[in-house]
Amino acid sequence: MATPLVVSDVAKSFIMHLRDGIKLPVVTGVSFSIRSGECAVLGGPSGAGKSSILKMLYGNYAVDEGQIIVQHEDGLIDLATASPRTVLAVRRLTIGYVSQFLRTVPRVSALDVVAEPLVQRGADREAARNKARALLAQLNLPEKLWMLPPATFSGGEQQRVNIARGFITEHPILLLDEPTASLDARNRDVVIGLIAAKKAAGVALLGICHNHDVREAVADRVIDVTAFAAGKIAA
Amino acid sequence: MTDEPLLRVSALSKFYGSRVGCENVTFDLWPGEVLAVVGESGSGKTTLLNCLSTRLLPSSGTASYRMRDGQFRELYRMSEAERRFLMRTDWGFVHQNPADGLRMTVSAGANVGERLMAVGDRHYGKIRATAVDWLSRVEIDEDRIDDEPRAFSGGMRQRLQIARNLVTGPRLVFMDEPTGGLDVSVQARLLDLLRGLVTDLGLAAIVVTHDLAVARLLSQRMMVMKDGRVVESGLTDRVLDDPRAPYTQLLVSSILQV
Repeated sequence: MATPLVVSDVAKSFIMHLRDGIKLPVVTGVSFSIRSGECAVLGGPSGAGKSSILKMLYGNYAVDEGQIIVQHEDGLIDLATASPRTVLAVRRLTIGYVSQFLRTVPRVSALDVVAEPLVQRGADREAARNKARALLAQLNLPEKLWMLPPATFSGGEQQRVNIARGFITEHPILLLDEPTASLDARNRDVVIGLIAAKKAAGVALLGICHNHDVREAVADRVIDVTAFAAGKIAA
Repeated sequence: MTDEPLLRVSALSKFYGSRVGCENVTFDLWPGEVLAVVGESGSGKTTLLNCLSTRLLPSSGTASYRMRDGQFRELYRMSEAERRFLMRTDWGFVHQNPADGLRMTVSAGANVGERLMAVGDRHYGKIRATAVDWLSRVEIDEDRIDDEPRAFSGGMRQRLQIARNLVTGPRLVFMDEPTGGLDVSVQARLLDLLRGLVTDLGLAAIVVTHDLAVARLLSQRMMVMKDGRVVESGLTDRVLDDPRAPYTQLLVSSILQV
């Protein structure tokens, strides 16, 4: 099996300049890899650094040390040192991300929010919207909401828009940040089904998931983030 | 996607006597990329924008632009006439105050048509049809085409200014606080419009703003300026979500949450 994502010896800390420059260590020595067709889940209590790891893998947080090697197009690149332009290309083609919270844009409908990542990859707008409709229907989002901007949606409705947006493309790597946190049981099952389909399609998935049932259903293994706790070494 | 940038800026500085306007700014801009330049008043961001758009000549440094024939040309070595031609055809400049970018005493249609005539269009019917099309793209009703911008609201004037700039199909647009001074609802409409146009037309843009929310919505990359220097740069969401420089941390922590 291919291994499209290899993380080695990654460390991250925050320096708070407004608090006299105190250093908040987050994680250190983060090392793991994800194979195609596998779903790994980051485990550990809140504050252990799970979200920070996902955000570094998406280029959303800077990396202090270490390497994040991603198979991108026909080569390997190190996301930890890649230029902004390369990170953008990786996001467009290689790494997808379902964030915990939806960042809405004024006046853009839920349907177009979902279709956008496909359009960015060069798909025809109408074809992308059709796929978006199918996904939103599958996730039981009432059709009367599709043409509305999601800013005023409930938490669960926004999350389903976010999930549809993340799952619509065929990125070979997909990061999931609590994809089922505010969903009811029926929609959790839909997401479990979507994840299973991605695995079958050979996508490498890495997620954060506190819900026991979902984790049991999708995770092939759990990566214990407490092993990378930076505090242990600093303290 | 092309492998060459559209604009290459190297060690650009502008001094006003002994005062620093901007100092040692270096970056590349690729086609289709929107770069936000943020910082508070006096940080040098408008000086930088004016140097890049050749409205001001820098004290030192270089900027070269990839012309439509693929050749890079040094901006500050071009003749005044060549620069003016670039400004009229391949570039756009959206001012904070629409009155600076529009002719307030000629009709809306003429404001848009004038740029077309500058690139050699002479057919009246065609120019008018293109003007109508662009007014509708910026959501101005066709029956306002013969009105002067003096009779327009601030938001409409700004949309007209955008139409005037984009009608010639520029490849690079400079924007100086494009949503400054507008109501939030008008601002949202304008931002959505700009986002759509930039994506559909594949424009590259350099947007100067002090509003980090505007920068997040419009740009993929960001430069943070303070006292004329770039203190931090990178992907827009990286800079805003994981600010590293003390000044950026201060800026980000000063945003009011709604």
